[in-house]
Amino acid sequence: MGKYILRRLMTALPSLLGISLILFVLLALAPGDPFGELANNSNIPPEVRAALRVKFGIDDPIFVRYVRWLVAMLQGDWGFSFASRIDVDKLILQRVPTTLFVVGSSQILALAVALPVGVYAAMRPYSIFDQIANTFAFIGFSLPTFFTGLLLILIFSVNLGWLPFVYRTDIPSGGWHWYLEYFKQAIMPITVLGLFQAASYTRYVRSAVLDVIRLDYVTTARAKGLNEGKVVIKHVVRNALIPVVTLVALQMPAVFGGAIVTEQIFRIPGIGSLLITSILANDTPVIMAVTFVFACLVVIFNLLADIIYGWLDPRISYG
Amino acid sequence: MKERELRDLIAEVKTGGLSRRAFVQRMIAVGLTAPMAGMMLAQSGVPMQAAEIPYKPTRAGGGGLLKILYWQAPTLLNPHFAVGTKDQDASRVFYEPLAGWDGDGNLMPVLAAEVPSKENDGLAEDGRSVIWKLKRGVKWHDSMPFTADDVVFNWEYARTPETAAVSIASYKDIKVEKIDDFAVRVIFPKPTPFWADAFVGTYGMIIPKHLFAEYIGGKSRDAPNNSKPVGTGPYMFDDFKPGDVVRAKLNPNYHIPNRPHFDSLEIKGGGDAVSAARAVLQTGEYDYAWNMQVEDEILKRLEAAGKGKVLIVETGNVEFMMLNSTDPAVEVDGERASVKTKHPLFSDPAVRQAISLLIDRTSIEKFIYGRTAAATANFLNAPEKVRSKNTRFEFNIEKANAILEAAGWKKGGDGIRAKDGKPLKFAFQTSINAPRQKTQAIIKQACQKAGIDVELKSVVASVFFSSDAANPDTYSHFYCDAQEYNTTMTQADPSFFMNQYLSWQVATRENKFQGRNVSRWRSTEYDAIHKQADEELDAVKRAAMYIKLNDLVVSDNYIHPLLRRPKVSAVAGNLSAPLSGWDNDLWQIPNWYRDT
Repeated sequence: MGKYILRRLMTALPSLLGISLILFVLLALAPGDPFGELANNSNIPPEVRAALRVKFGIDDPIFVRYVRWLVAMLQGDWGFSFASRIDVDKLILQRVPTTLFVVGSSQILALAVALPVGVYAAMRPYSIFDQIANTFAFIGFSLPTFFTGLLLILIFSVNLGWLPFVYRTDIPSGGWHWYLEYFKQAIMPITVLGLFQAASYTRYVRSAVLDVIRLDYVTTARAKGLNEGKVVIKHVVRNALIPVVTLVALQMPAVFGGAIVTEQIFRIPGIGSLLITSILANDTPVIMAVTFVFACLVVIFNLLADIIYGWLDPRISYG
Repeated sequence: MKERELRDLIAEVKTGGLSRRAFVQRMIAVGLTAPMAGMMLAQSGVPMQAAEIPYKPTRAGGGGLLKILYWQAPTLLNPHFAVGTKDQDASRVFYEPLAGWDGDGNLMPVLAAEVPSKENDGLAEDGRSVIWKLKRGVKWHDSMPFTADDVVFNWEYARTPETAAVSIASYKDIKVEKIDDFAVRVIFPKPTPFWADAFVGTYGMIIPKHLFAEYIGGKSRDAPNNSKPVGTGPYMFDDFKPGDVVRAKLNPNYHIPNRPHFDSLEIKGGGDAVSAARAVLQTGEYDYAWNMQVEDEILKRLEAAGKGKVLIVETGNVEFMMLNSTDPAVEVDGERASVKTKHPLFSDPAVRQAISLLIDRTSIEKFIYGRTAAATANFLNAPEKVRSKNTRFEFNIEKANAILEAAGWKKGGDGIRAKDGKPLKFAFQTSINAPRQKTQAIIKQACQKAGIDVELKSVVASVFFSSDAANPDTYSHFYCDAQEYNTTMTQADPSFFMNQYLSWQVATRENKFQGRNVSRWRSTEYDAIHKQADEELDAVKRAAMYIKLNDLVVSDNYIHPLLRRPKVSAVAGNLSAPLSGWDNDLWQIPNWYRDT
């Protein structure tokens, strides 16, 4: 097992290296200039822009810049934001807790809804419950998050006035009041993200369980006289989860991406909104660092999925 | 408007026949800035008399939390690095300049003890130096005293090119000397009519020497206080998350008594303009939102909720349409729109005049912008019209038709006029922005009625306004016949603003389209007067020159001003927030208070 993980990590390295090279070259070739905004300001002479470009080494050849970035990255130096003039890792670390809280909670919500609904719907296919679940699932993943987000704002913030729609990381009050406020402002974004995910997960869980529930060994288990709960949880769900795990694992990095829209609507200071603002500001070091973090997440969650397979299905060996 | 007329007007202000505000508004109408008008009055013996800023609270603190919403988030808090308004405004909470500009062009002292004038021996006769006396007893947030050394240091800091300060233009040519601990002398290389630039307003905020002295030049980016400001302002630094939130708390040692009113302050960033307006006007979650680029109709609907109001203040920004004086369709030496060419249609003055008659400014204002813009005929007018309060511009399709007919442009079978086989057809571009597309449509419709065919083009704003020398669709390439955008006048001195029609400022391939003269309109007379104005010490003569420059540009009908664009903000109903179009939104943040 340890050997397997080590091997996987070793093969991940060249792909990360390749990803970083492609990202870097693409960003270098993309139009736009981090100090372009200065060009339109007649108050700022071109020499200042030239000085800034030299200071941040933008005028060197791409290859030189890439090697410099790579060496610095290996030493734990993520670079320096042009727009904020502070270290990129500080910027990203400021955002991580919020993103983890919002995206993490929405994933938990999604699974908490999708698993029971999907399994129950598969146990009674084409029943009324299944039909309703299906309908809602279709509606859920047909509606984009920016639409449901605005809809919730309109209902709960504007018309009812129950929930705030601007997400604040610095709620001043302490004690239980703090938790209450934090919970109130997080309800809408988490619901939007969570239900969107839940809709597609439900469909997958249902079809995965449906595939398994008709197999002979399930009939055998029932014939042994095991009660239904045990049959479903121990025999059906465990096997049915394998494709679902793959999906959830691959979906995790995508959720970071999908959260960009939701973060923008609710002004959540997450990694997604950092990416958007840095793209708009042509803040290359930040874009590079964030996209690279996304790439690492994809690789890591893939590995995680493979490891969980082994736990779910002992027949899979890591030779 | 000639020098004589200006002098008459000033005399009227002196005798009280004309209010100061009315004078300033007339100056804005002819294209001058309010600060410039203030300077003219000051020089002619009408002292700067900043209006009393209303402030009711009788003690500092007790106002609770002030919540400010910027739909672009502040990313850094050093005023010398602050590129965007968001960063400049956020810095203004902590840092202060020697003086700021109010909406009527008055200088208001902040860290200065008084505004320099001839009467207090602050201004040298030869226009080569200014003495600023500093307020005593001002303390930095870390209790160190604020002295002349700090002021001199800011000059050294900003003028060093390696520091890469965006404020460099205000400091690189001057010299600053310490006279004593509370007075400095600013020395200009040549007689300088507009002396209130360094240490004033947006680029005038002063940072403490004792914290930044080691970080001058190449090390500037390493200063820990770049994101942890220690200033003299009414609020002290509490917390800053770049791109998200700035938090500040009351400064108990602030140098103006009984201020500030709020115990703490928060600037939240991000999102979009409409939802920011909503958060202030409709749900009341926030107290102030900046730069409401939202259609007036939506603002009115949100205002109906009664939680807040929309505040509109005058600025020098102008939305305008320009015609290309060169031919974008022909390549000369491999360059399109080369200054060696002439536009095939617009080189005929009759066509330009007809187009000016075909712009229905009243409808554009009334149906598109509402309160958030005012139709302007600015420079179009003869002097006597400028004097009238209701400046008029003409929208007259018949007259346009008659002019074209007389000039030999005859209608063809398709209703489009043509002359010598050249059809009267042109392309008109602007950035993608709903009100601009509607404006384009209004102009196109009127042109159609006069037999001119207009092809509309819209370019994504991020491309249109980019400085990318390789992209032919930017406004500075202007590979199109006509275009529309908004030119901002952030500098108080019109010299910067008016350099956009100088012949050596023409945007060409050679200067990577960085030249500011985008329309490529040239005039030797204009060049000469602009040069003269740069050295003219008499503020009134100088103003007359700028008005002449404006007239030169506009009477030639290549440039068509459409609307003045004021600053629009959303403010909670009970908040008193004095704004100025010539300074940062937060320039009066010490005087903000909530009426209970």
